Amino acid sequence: MIVAHRKPMEEILRSIEGIDKLALCGCNSCVAVCLSGGEREVRILASQIRIARQEAGRLIEIEELVLERSCEPEFVEKAAEVVQRTDGMLNISCGVGVGYMAEVYAPYRVIPGLNTTFYGVGLGEGVFEERCGGCGDCLLDRTGGVCPIIRCAKSILNGPCGGSQDGNCEISKDMPCAWQLIWDRLRDQGREEDFHVVEPVKDWRTATAAGPRRLAQEEIAVDRTEPA
Amino acid sequence: MPETNTMGSEAAQEGSPHVSDSRLERVLRASHFAVCGELGPPQSASADVIVRKSQHFRGYADAVNLTDNQTAVVRMSSIAAAKLCIDQGLEPVIQMTCRDRNRIAIQSDILGAAALGIRNVLCLSGDHQSMGNHPQAKCVHDLDSIQLVGALRRMRDESVFICGDETKNPARMFIAAACNPFGDPYEARVHRLAKKVAVGADFIQTQAIYDMGKFRHFMGLVRDRGLHQRVFILAGILPVKSAKALVFMRNNVAGMSIPDDLIDRMKGAENPEEEGIKLAIEQVQELRQIEGVAGVHIMPALWEAAFPRIVEGAGLLPRPEVA
Repeated sequence: MIVAHRKPMEEILRSIEGIDKLALCGCNSCVAVCLSGGEREVRILASQIRIARQEAGRLIEIEELVLERSCEPEFVEKAAEVVQRTDGMLNISCGVGVGYMAEVYAPYRVIPGLNTTFYGVGLGEGVFEERCGGCGDCLLDRTGGVCPIIRCAKSILNGPCGGSQDGNCEISKDMPCAWQLIWDRLRDQGREEDFHVVEPVKDWRTATAAGPRRLAQEEIAVDRTEPA
Repeated sequence: MPETNTMGSEAAQEGSPHVSDSRLERVLRASHFAVCGELGPPQSASADVIVRKSQHFRGYADAVNLTDNQTAVVRMSSIAAAKLCIDQGLEPVIQMTCRDRNRIAIQSDILGAAALGIRNVLCLSGDHQSMGNHPQAKCVHDLDSIQLVGALRRMRDESVFICGDETKNPARMFIAAACNPFGDPYEARVHRLAKKVAVGADFIQTQAIYDMGKFRHFMGLVRDRGLHQRVFILAGILPVKSAKALVFMRNNVAGMSIPDDLIDRMKGAENPEEEGIKLAIEQVQELRQIEGVAGVHIMPALWEAAFPRIVEGAGLLPRPEVA
């Protein structure tokens, strides 16, 4: 899932200062799973904002809504009426949802309430951790399922570095060394010899930075969107 | 009378053609036990610091490393400091991390280094920026240190850049990689050294050694695989002047192995500075006896004045003259 967490309250209140009729929109997908932007979080945040604004002597009307997914047109369309009735929106979907809402309803103002951070897994008991680097050229089979790009602090592809000690990264005793994990995994798979294979220099073009990456599934749809 | 090492480097590389114009390479291929020093550039633009520190190494070291923003603290660049050292009559080994530069900058810097007369480079991953004074920086890591060794080797031997384009006048570096015999996973350490040799490292500089037993064991594994005959291994020594320094390293530097008896020895010393020099001299002498060790890399870390005393005390003078 995409993992995001709530922005600090002062920042949120500052960002919605000029708005008296506010839409507060959450999402039932990733951010609901990581307990940052689902229905419950929308309700709680709305109360917190009402109370804070009351104390500041500047009342606010909040319309709450939750979309199934903020990243698909068929669900975002459903926000149309709320958008019409309000002056602006605090959106606690991930950054994708915030940006898409802003695009669909431009020039209506959509303000992010979360800081979106990573693609990760739920480890249980409210803990979520990054697992995928989104590099666009997955090499997980070569590393026994452990992503060195994101789980190694230095994105080393031929690891470990000299700082690995007792299974920990040099950064912190709380951070496992990805290459210790990879070594253990390959050994347990009987693939120790693979450790000798030199992973060549990476082509980072699939990972980043020639503007937004795009996928058009060829057999299916005509890609009707204009590039932004 | 130059001391020779009749063990590692003789078996290794004698008679092999020179791959670079490096003086250090000549020393090693002539079977001399090599001595490398290390100098940390200042956190300033002061060339005087380099000039002053260089005096401790001239005539005592075959080559001197210039660190590259070590511990991710901003310092004068390794290449600039190296040029200043050349002007003082030293042979520098520049250090290049993968943390701060992408492949474009790295190759560009290497061409510039070669143009300035630099002939040796140590390829490193680099300490993580969270340890330094600019933890907010975006780190690069376009390449890792093994890919970097391979790239510099191909540039030298095939005159190509990483993309395959030709360079008519390539940098011909004597290329080093680092080795930490004490890090984990322990079993992977020799594999990683083998990988560095396979991609083309000419010489290795190890992490500072305090645990001789563990290092001897590691060298046994190295010899089992014949790696000492394919690469020159320089053993790292870091002289200390207090027990506190050892304790600090044990607690704060990942991948170090420091036995209790050394800490006790320094604690109990009447004159810790003298004891530190004595200890370093003993370490040099012990390391020379280990088959496969082609030289030492003494890293005096803010105590450059110790360097000439250790080299002299260990009987490593005069340094050899090589063509």
